[in-house]
Amino acid sequence: MQEMTLETMIAVLEEIFGTGLFWSMVAAAALVTAAYLYVLVRDRAMSMRKFLFAQLSMPFGAVAAVLFVLQVTHSSLADIGGPVDAALLLGVAVAGAIGTAILVYTAQSLVRRP
Amino acid sequence: MKTIQDFAVSRRGFFALTASGIGAAALSSRASAAGTVETSARIVVIGAGAAGTALSNRLAQRLSGATITVVDPRREHLYQPGLSLVAAGLRPADYVVSRTADWLDRNVALVEEAAAAIDPVAKVVTTAGGKTLPYDFLVLAPGLVLDYGAIEGFSPEMVGRDGIGALYGGPDHAARTWQAASKFAGEGGVGLFTRPATEMKCAGAPLKHTFLIEDIASRGIGRGKFEMHYVAPQPVLFSVPIVSEKVRMLFSERGIATHHGMTLAAIDAGRKIATFTKAEKGGTSRVEMPYDYLHVIPPQRAPEVIRQSGLSWTDKWTDQGWAAVDQKTLRHVAYPEIFALGDVAGVPKGKTAASVKWQVPMVEDHLVASIQGREGSLVYDGYTSCPLITRVGRAMLVEFDYHNNLVPSFPGLIAPLEELWISWLMKEVVLKATYNAMLRGKA
Repeated sequence: MQEMTLETMIAVLEEIFGTGLFWSMVAAAALVTAAYLYVLVRDRAMSMRKFLFAQLSMPFGAVAAVLFVLQVTHSSLADIGGPVDAALLLGVAVAGAIGTAILVYTAQSLVRRP
Repeated sequence: MKTIQDFAVSRRGFFALTASGIGAAALSSRASAAGTVETSARIVVIGAGAAGTALSNRLAQRLSGATITVVDPRREHLYQPGLSLVAAGLRPADYVVSRTADWLDRNVALVEEAAAAIDPVAKVVTTAGGKTLPYDFLVLAPGLVLDYGAIEGFSPEMVGRDGIGALYGGPDHAARTWQAASKFAGEGGVGLFTRPATEMKCAGAPLKHTFLIEDIASRGIGRGKFEMHYVAPQPVLFSVPIVSEKVRMLFSERGIATHHGMTLAAIDAGRKIATFTKAEKGGTSRVEMPYDYLHVIPPQRAPEVIRQSGLSWTDKWTDQGWAAVDQKTLRHVAYPEIFALGDVAGVPKGKTAASVKWQVPMVEDHLVASIQGREGSLVYDGYTSCPLITRVGRAMLVEFDYHNNLVPSFPGLIAPLEELWISWLMKEVVLKATYNAMLRGKA
């Protein structure tokens, strides 16, 4: 890699997912984040009950994210060859877990007001 | 390659990015251009592969008023780094195919004909259809040709039948190679994996194919049911000694036998016998080896048009005809207005798309500097990268230069000589994206 500018990164991500899918995913992520912030501001408090459900969903999100990534890259857990691989896999799991938690919390809040 | 100017260019790019707003900059390919240079120069680029396309697009973004003409008869653009994946059944053939015309900037003219002659004195290129294209600057990026005829009893139609594979010939050949290789991986037998005596594009590809088929056969029919032999004329497995040693250890671990000093000379497809010439003290002998699967990589040479125009080296690679260029600037040694990029360049390393990614900005720098009447400052030091796949799911991200030094992009993070999943992801997911961005002149 010669120069890693933001523009190159975006070009790379567009090529991986296709321009349409990449920007839809960005839009979806932005939308969920905005909805999450909206319910937080609206309710003026975190609901611990909803947060509990969100937390319970996290392991499923983590596993699903890892399985998805392994599936689309023709890989298996046996291919983890070094610390950087473990860190990357962990990163995928954490991203999946947090994404799922936010999604589940937001969905509950939108469906049922406190 | 990191020079003051390099930094200045990327800093300008960064300022342009900030100034024009991140969203707008991402959508506009011109936002980070180093600045528009006014010129009426006529630039002819022979070849619309990775190098020709990337350079033409960068010049179109950089120059205003220039006539940029790309000469290439092939309508399909091939993503050649993907051929190894197609030949191992990991991607369909169309994964590597796109349309040449779709990649080129609208200010680049495409002549869909082969270049038939180059007159470097009169500065004119003549096409197969009789068009004459006078130039002020000429870029040679025609790739190379596969010399199938050099192997007795072999022709391209044989690929995919009778246990013969040859993945270099394009998507169709790579897919047919997988037909033959998957039969071997399912039924077992003796597999021979060869390499030619000439320079070749992506010297890691013969190794990747060997590793991948061994891995797939081990998971398929299972160890003990097949034999693997790597047969090559070179005394080492890879030109960079430290990488060669690593591959030697991996081959030994995986039970892949190695035969050095052996060049594939003939194939008897009916009897499934490959004949090699073996270099010995005081001469050569012929050695026959039976096979159930044979992977052939024919000798590789510069296209005829380069060799006949007097642009090749006369004192080295005389049987191959690579263009005589300075290895740091890729500028022709006799004709300063001519550059050679990619496969055709007569330099010790660099016949890969990753090399092209580093060569293109350097040639752009020198060409634009010549237009402006000054000297370019960037230097190409032989950077070549090879995500050397060792299994489905693992690779080594090997990067090196002319001096056989390892030059890792991510030192301390991605170890070059370790088989890693992240390096596999580089090859399988990130590489094509980076390649496409490079074609558009963005990376």
